[in-house]
Amino acid sequence: MHEMGIILHLAKSLEETAKEQQIEKILRVTLQVGEVSGIMTDYFTDCWNYFRKRHPVLETAELELETIPAVTFCSACERNYPTVQYGRECPYCHSGETWLIRGNECIIKEIEVE
Amino acid sequence: MRIIELKETVTASNDRDAQVLREELQGKGTLLVNLMASPGAGKTTLLERTIRDMKDRFHIAVMEADVDSDVDAVRIEKLGAKAVQAHTGGMCHMDAGMTRRALEELGEEAFDLVVLENVGNLICPAEFDTGAGKKVMLLSVPEGDDKPLKYPLMFTVSDVLILTKTDVAPYFDFDFEACKRRARGLNPNIEIFEVSAKTGAGFDAWEEWLARAILENKGN
Ligand SMILES: Nc1nc2c(ncn2[C@@H]2O[C@H](COP(=O)(O)OP(=O)(O)OP(=O)(O)O)[C@@H](O)[C@H]2O)c(=O)[nH]1
Ligand SMILES: [Mg+2]
Repeated sequence: MHEMGIILHLAKSLEETAKEQQIEKILRVTLQVGEVSGIMTDYFTDCWNYFRKRHPVLETAELELETIPAVTFCSACERNYPTVQYGRECPYCHSGETWLIRGNECIIKEIEVE
Repeated sequence: MRIIELKETVTASNDRDAQVLREELQGKGTLLVNLMASPGAGKTTLLERTIRDMKDRFHIAVMEADVDSDVDAVRIEKLGAKAVQAHTGGMCHMDAGMTRRALEELGEEAFDLVVLENVGNLICPAEFDTGAGKKVMLLSVPEGDDKPLKYPLMFTVSDVLILTKTDVAPYFDFDFEACKRRARGLNPNIEIFEVSAKTGAGFDAWEEWLARAILENKGN
């Protein structure tokens, strides 16, 4: 459900860009997806492949996903650590007062056009 | 063949639509509040009491974004406030486009306050700007004080955090101070209220904040 919502917005952004820059066909879209953004990449790609067929500008656009590693900051010892490996508890001082600082995003990095 | 760098978030087009809507609403003197929380946190119950207390001072409407029912809209209409069902098309959140369509269904009446009761979910609604002037989130005591750690984005984007169902606190181990510290760690400016929609405890401070926000939105 979430994936489809994001794809609707992605498509809208791309169509706006295509219109502004008089692009007729987009060949590739590169997205940067945070490791803990909650986006399931296989499902996301399926949704995209289903969706793009209905939109002339996007029809030829292959989706490329790059992963952004998630990083958590520990406010107790002020160090960063990889979120996916250690989760919410700081591996250095075992504090639970930790915040995600990167890895939740989904960014359109670039598009390749004809 | 050429490459165009975009470097914008996937929701950038929504963010632009939301900003346009926010400015339009402000121009009309209507405060749109995006109310977010888990399913069953007490959103509708909080609204019922708030409407009952404030409807003589302000013209209030509610947009209910349930995925598939109108029970909440019916509860609100019983109090004499206008309510519409907002359609999410099965989606787990409201975006600016859906919010605009729901506002159109409310019609031409001039409202001082429109509350959007977002889909019950602590993740997706936080990511989509609806065009609201204020974002208010609810966390109820039975859900636990660790929620800021698990769902940081919701706490980061909200202007107000209402800790609700305080009347049942004796039966749970909810640590209010720890919860507030965690929320402020994410968002130092967040306003925090403690209320019980059952007993009405704490409603004065919340309603005073809301009244001030409505008036400020009108430029008073
Ligand atoms: N004890 C107590 N119960 C409450 C309070 N607020 C709400 N409830 C109860 O919690 C349950 C859910 O409340 P709702 O207001 O329907 O919750 P909601 O967030 O609107 O739920 P959804 O729209 O289904 O996501 C109901 O049984 C309410 O009576 C409160 O302050 N104290
Ligand atoms: Mg409800």
